[in-house]
Amino acid sequence: MTDTVAARPASTPLSPQPGRPSALSTDDAPNAPWGPRLLRGIRHLPVYLVLAVGSIVSLIPFLWMIIASTHRTSELFGTPLPLLPGGELMENLARLQAETNFGRVMVNSLGLAVAYTVFSSIVSMMAGYGLAKFRFRGRGVVLGLILVTMMIPMQVLLVPLFQMMASLGWIDSYQAVILPFVASAFGIFLMRQSFLDFPDSLIESARIDGANEFRTFYRIVLPVARPQIAALVIYTFMTQWNAFIWPLLMLNTEDKYTVPVALNTMIGLSRIDYSGLMLGSLIATLPLLVLFLIFQRQFIAGLLGGAVKG
Amino acid sequence: MTVSDVRLRSQAAASGRRRPRALGRRIQRPGVYFALPAIVLFAIFFAYPLVSSLWQSLTATSAGVTRFVGLDQYVRLFADPLIGKSLFNAGILLVIQVPLMMALAVGLAYLLNQSWLRFRSGFRVLHFLPAVTTLVAYSVVFRVMLATDGGAINQMIGLVGIAPVDWLNNETWARVALIASITWRWTGYNMVIILAGLQAIPAELYEAARMDGAGRWTIFSKIVIPQLRPVLLFTGITSTIGALQLFDENFILTGGGPSDATLTPVLYLYKVGFRQFDFGYASAIAWLLVALTALIAFVQFRITREKS
Repeated sequence: MTDTVAARPASTPLSPQPGRPSALSTDDAPNAPWGPRLLRGIRHLPVYLVLAVGSIVSLIPFLWMIIASTHRTSELFGTPLPLLPGGELMENLARLQAETNFGRVMVNSLGLAVAYTVFSSIVSMMAGYGLAKFRFRGRGVVLGLILVTMMIPMQVLLVPLFQMMASLGWIDSYQAVILPFVASAFGIFLMRQSFLDFPDSLIESARIDGANEFRTFYRIVLPVARPQIAALVIYTFMTQWNAFIWPLLMLNTEDKYTVPVALNTMIGLSRIDYSGLMLGSLIATLPLLVLFLIFQRQFIAGLLGGAVKG
Repeated sequence: MTVSDVRLRSQAAASGRRRPRALGRRIQRPGVYFALPAIVLFAIFFAYPLVSSLWQSLTATSAGVTRFVGLDQYVRLFADPLIGKSLFNAGILLVIQVPLMMALAVGLAYLLNQSWLRFRSGFRVLHFLPAVTTLVAYSVVFRVMLATDGGAINQMIGLVGIAPVDWLNNETWARVALIASITWRWTGYNMVIILAGLQAIPAELYEAARMDGAGRWTIFSKIVIPQLRPVLLFTGITSTIGALQLFDENFILTGGGPSDATLTPVLYLYKVGFRQFDFGYASAIAWLLVALTALIAFVQFRITREKS
């Protein structure tokens, strides 16, 4: 479905390439009459203004999360609003822990996301390689089915998967949360696309050197695809970290909840602890924020799911 | 591959005809092994549930007895006002939220692509930041900020003299709030995709147009937009499907209320399936979703083909 866009040659997703200035410029007046720099400055001002407003709008909910999670709930709705972080962080954290066992919930979320990422990435890399570099009977059918899978909304699976997990006695278990989605059509497709360009001659010479197929895959092919794998890993991690509807259906015990499910429970309480809720949201956002700031390029490539590579 | 394998191969090569077959088979088999885990998992957790869901959409369960009812569940869809309402709500998102967000994303990407712009990467990161938030977490934050009494947003608009708005309990405002939240979360994401598309437009096109005396607006409408077409199509379709399948945001923000003003098909499916445990009807709703998604994909396919 993304063929038209995905077919672009691969390069970094969004950093404007060095040495290649953006093609677009409204600065098309080389012979401005007087004070060209000042004039240009005035003309550019609205653009900076728009971008500044956009940045502020993007930032406000983040800032409010930080401010709100360091104040008492009563202060969040008082006038004037607190504009700086307060000193209630530890109290809020203690309450959050008491209400939802949030430390445990974080460990659950991290553990599930890591486990899911490991399994799903391995399956995707292997299948992507098998489908890209080998010809076997039924390959076309498998490829076609994977594309169809990507088109079918996962919500169709909710009822039958729920029944399946119930009959297996897996409701309220971690394997029920991750196992059904370990094979990711999208991940396989992404990996297949990135292995397609891998030179056959390298694989062939590894074979001639006596390496078996898995060794070739592991030692020769995978290292070359590292950037795409990084994108896949981040995408996969984020998918599970964000997952809500399925864990909500599967997990019943508070000590097994993931972060989104725990936050949802807090909203349902008769007396909502808003400060705790905001702190919980902040903590839920932090791992992704850190990942993003460290691995900006791979993060965006992963998030955009290889939709645009060029 | 062992030494004896190599010898076998050279023997096969010597015997002429047999070589390609033997080599072919050798190369074939590992491919299946590599793909096998995925194929097995798909068979168990995708193909089987899919068939099961289709079958269940043709059944009804009452008093613990499940029986075949043909297309009755699908007939029910047409008579169900909540289906109508949830589709209408998804339609509002399609008609208002998606174009609004796309316009914002294109505009911001266009500004960010100006060659003279300073702090470009800073602006880009800041605008992209919302896309980093967990869906449930950001919905929670908006829910708290949108509180009627003393909520941060009502206090902010109060500074410019606007009376408090009952965001989440009024049908119209709840929709506005939902649209605003989703737009906040996804604009930067789409902006980055579009920006990548903009950077892929060859500079010569602009130069040629400028030489022909084209103005800024002509360049934008006659060059930028047509060149962006595949990217816009992609982001548009993804956003459309996202709107159709919306769940996390409205589940957290409004629970689908007030008076089902923010009920979406998936949220309705969830309620029918897992609050009323009417699996047959929930399956029919699911297949309605499949049909609508397929329709959107088909439209995209047609538009893409028309172009080439």
